[in-house]
Amino acid sequence: MSDFPFLSVLTGAPLVGALVVAFLPRTKPELAKRVALGWSVVVAAFAVALWIAYDAGGDRFQFRESYTWIPAWNAKFTFAVDGIALVMLLLIAILVPLVILASWHDADASKRSVPVYFALLLALESTMIGVFAAADVFLFYVFFEIMLVPMYFLIGSYGGHQRQYAAVKFFLYSLVGGLFMLAAVVGLWALGGKTFDWQSLLSAEFATNTERWLFLGFFVAFAIKAPFFPFHTWLPDAGGAAPAGSAALLVGVLDKVGTFGILRYCLPLFPEASRWFAKYALAIALIGIIYAALLAVGQNDLKRLVSYTSIAHFGFIGIGIFAFTTQAGTGAVLYMVNHGLATGLLFLVVGMFVARRGSSLVSDFGGAGKLVPALAGVLFFAGLASLALPGTAPFVSEFLVLLGTFKVNEPVAVIATAGIILAAAYVLWMVQRTTQGTLNPALKTVDGMRKDLSLREKVVVAPLIALILLLGFYPKPVTDVINPAVQATMQDVVDNPDPAPAVTEAAP
Amino acid sequence: MDNLSLPKIDYAAVAPMLILFGVACLGVLVEALLPRSVRRSVQLVLALAGLVAAFVMVVLQSDKRILTAGGAVAVDGPTLFLQGAIILLGLMALLLVGDRSLEHGGAFVAQAAITVGSDADRRQAGRSQGATEIYPLALFALGGMLLFVAANDLLTMFVALEVFSLPLYLLCALARRRRLLSQEAALKYFLLGAYASAFFLFGVALVYGFAGGVEFGTIHDAVRESDRSTVLLFGGIALLAIGLLFKAAAAPFHVWTPDVYQGAPTPITGLMAACTKVAAFGALLRVLYVAFDGAAWDYTPILGGIAVLTMLVGAVLAVTQTDIKRLLAYSSIANAGYLLVGVLALSKDGLSSTMFYLVAYGFTVIAAFAIVTLVRDADGEATHLSRWAGLGRRSPLFAGIFTFILLAFAGIPLTSGFIAKFAVFGAALDSGEAWLVIFGVITSMLLAFPYLRVVVMMWLSEPGESTPSVSIPGGMTAAALMIGVVATLVLGVAPAPLLDLTANAAEFVR
Repeated sequence: MSDFPFLSVLTGAPLVGALVVAFLPRTKPELAKRVALGWSVVVAAFAVALWIAYDAGGDRFQFRESYTWIPAWNAKFTFAVDGIALVMLLLIAILVPLVILASWHDADASKRSVPVYFALLLALESTMIGVFAAADVFLFYVFFEIMLVPMYFLIGSYGGHQRQYAAVKFFLYSLVGGLFMLAAVVGLWALGGKTFDWQSLLSAEFATNTERWLFLGFFVAFAIKAPFFPFHTWLPDAGGAAPAGSAALLVGVLDKVGTFGILRYCLPLFPEASRWFAKYALAIALIGIIYAALLAVGQNDLKRLVSYTSIAHFGFIGIGIFAFTTQAGTGAVLYMVNHGLATGLLFLVVGMFVARRGSSLVSDFGGAGKLVPALAGVLFFAGLASLALPGTAPFVSEFLVLLGTFKVNEPVAVIATAGIILAAAYVLWMVQRTTQGTLNPALKTVDGMRKDLSLREKVVVAPLIALILLLGFYPKPVTDVINPAVQATMQDVVDNPDPAPAVTEAAP
Repeated sequence: MDNLSLPKIDYAAVAPMLILFGVACLGVLVEALLPRSVRRSVQLVLALAGLVAAFVMVVLQSDKRILTAGGAVAVDGPTLFLQGAIILLGLMALLLVGDRSLEHGGAFVAQAAITVGSDADRRQAGRSQGATEIYPLALFALGGMLLFVAANDLLTMFVALEVFSLPLYLLCALARRRRLLSQEAALKYFLLGAYASAFFLFGVALVYGFAGGVEFGTIHDAVRESDRSTVLLFGGIALLAIGLLFKAAAAPFHVWTPDVYQGAPTPITGLMAACTKVAAFGALLRVLYVAFDGAAWDYTPILGGIAVLTMLVGAVLAVTQTDIKRLLAYSSIANAGYLLVGVLALSKDGLSSTMFYLVAYGFTVIAAFAIVTLVRDADGEATHLSRWAGLGRRSPLFAGIFTFILLAFAGIPLTSGFIAKFAVFGAALDSGEAWLVIFGVITSMLLAFPYLRVVVMMWLSEPGESTPSVSIPGGMTAAALMIGVVATLVLGVAPAPLLDLTANAAEFVR
């Protein structure tokens, strides 16, 4: 079973599906949708098989495959996943079919080809899987860059208001980050022994200054991608303009490449530079939490609001990573998964509201719960999950992050906690202004607002709600998988990533 | 005088050049002897056959490493590789030159001497068949380029420079549409090119004064051992470099490029962007790596400054362009900067990565100009960018292909542009030229913007009233376009064979 080329098949399958869908006749949009959905479900089933075949207590990297690519540079098609990458692959595979289902009518209104829209979604899935599955720096970079192309067209061709501006901004920001990383990748190759193999590079030694420059090259790319303050300004534009499904993938998965990259590349490859940079990283993560949350409170556009909330959440993930304890790191990775589920759900629900109302402005809603009670209920649930209410999955991860950080860095943990209060403010206020209170009379005249959740929409939200609750009460299946990988990662950076609680230290 | 004898010539080694010059001379005879009606097809077949034969000769002697013709010509790895590249790219450009299905009579004017705008001119623009002298002219130019990259002394190099430049000046002036622009471009190119040649010749004189000879081997020895004033040497290098950098379109000697690229008939622009660049950098590589490598410490910072300036000028000015041909011209200037980064690595990797870059860029740029020839309306090619708005809606296939080409220029992975950029940056960093790489990365960011603007224009804007549709390409344009696009993709996905080829070829004989 372990000889089966799981990862290359998983990476390639959506791409094949994308090609098939793209060449379906434009006049048969329904066929294209069904093929795309069916294909993504097969991919999801395949990812679940991967999950089952993965041995949580086994080697750190599993399903290793390696094929010659460019011998002159030692660049190879090397795939391998650790626990962190595995859960991200599973998240992608689960989200994509739901996003396709949720986007069923997204492309209908545009004058553009419907099959191409779904082909782009599948192509995006392929590049996202590739970026998490790669265990070769060059291959990772290749996926990192081409990931931009389908997303660019998803935003630019099928987005809403200001889509051109948002698409170009998204592309340029990411490309700038990518080029910084290119310089660092070239440097890593030239100075690290002419190899791109992740495991060989682990043992490469660099001069202190060189290591810091290389670290920064990677970090800037990942910080833009994540996005961390102050590189975050592209996300509200992109998230606001993208179709709801693409936006869910954008913040749910695509941005995780940033934090994943920090965990996989910045920390183990440049441990000294990581320790040196940690205080700055913690600072910008903290600023991000507070600053983005404050901006989120003031937003009147639902999609932009949700984008800002996720910038704040990425601050928590950043803190969890740079606290350098296994507990906080596990919390951060768990947060990456849970944020994908919760914010993905939030974006999809907001998308359902926007599709009904034809506007994403908070002020165009008001009392919508009276017309569409079930939909409003789901929004409320997604909001609660997003603010990390106990019982929902994000709570576990946020708690782990703060607990793990508190042990080594109390002030940071305390300030970050303030972000939780702000989170309550922006979420509850958003829910209140859109669904509670007196009914906005304009809503009654909108046809779409009379229909509550359709069966299709129920199928979209139900699995996400179930997963959020399940992982809220029983996160063990996920933490078991990510814990060893996080521990190994943190071990690369600091000697003792599992500090004993302060109380026992004080005991005689 | 008894022992004066002709130098031994390895005819097989110089056969590619002899074939091209011979076929070009035959082409002149065809012009004189055959009736007008059959000239075009005879010329085209003759030219294509000549190029194919020359390419076969290059391939047949791929293992040859010798000096011949009394040391005037060096046939070695880089020579053969670059000659092969010039011939292949020339073949593609010639397919564009020969296509007449897009416009009645082709892209070239029938009689260049008729006054622009006169009645006779309007008549010939509408009805006449294009000139057929262009085929021998193009072959002379390509033959000169082959000699240029093989030249092993400065005088041979100068002769080759003139042989390939003069036909190009003429070819620039022969556009069927916008003839004034075309003639102005040719005049500009000729005048500035003549200055550049003069600088080059003066540089030869200074170097002769320093080294006592013009052969690269002699110069190489002199740089190591001569106790003469280095003023002569550095003055000579500077003046030679001006001549070569002019042809390569490096700043501050780039000013002709946008005007000439815009004014020349588009197939000729493609020829210049691909083949001239290969020839110019081939010669630059040989001069720096073979003759002056001993003085590398002294000229690297200055040429590095020129590389940085070239990348900056190309990238910054490309942002403001509104004409697609001018945009591609500035992009070609910026690419000259990236090529210089590879050249200045001054190592085997630098040599092989530069050669890879030349080939990768050449295929892509010819494909780009092939697309430019296709987007047209009643007045010929629609090169103003505003006219390209919404092209993706009108002709998704061609807009898609052009998008792919632009992504290659921007260096997105899975295109040859990315691999090429990675190769030159890697070579430069390996040689400790990190500052060049940093500027390369910064300018790449700037340069992404104009490309992206075209993509936005094509896909995200609504088609306007004046958006032309894309003409269905004739067989030859389609062939050139497909070769270029496939090469861009293949060199991006599976570059290993060409990388190996350049690595094996990367050794000069001295």
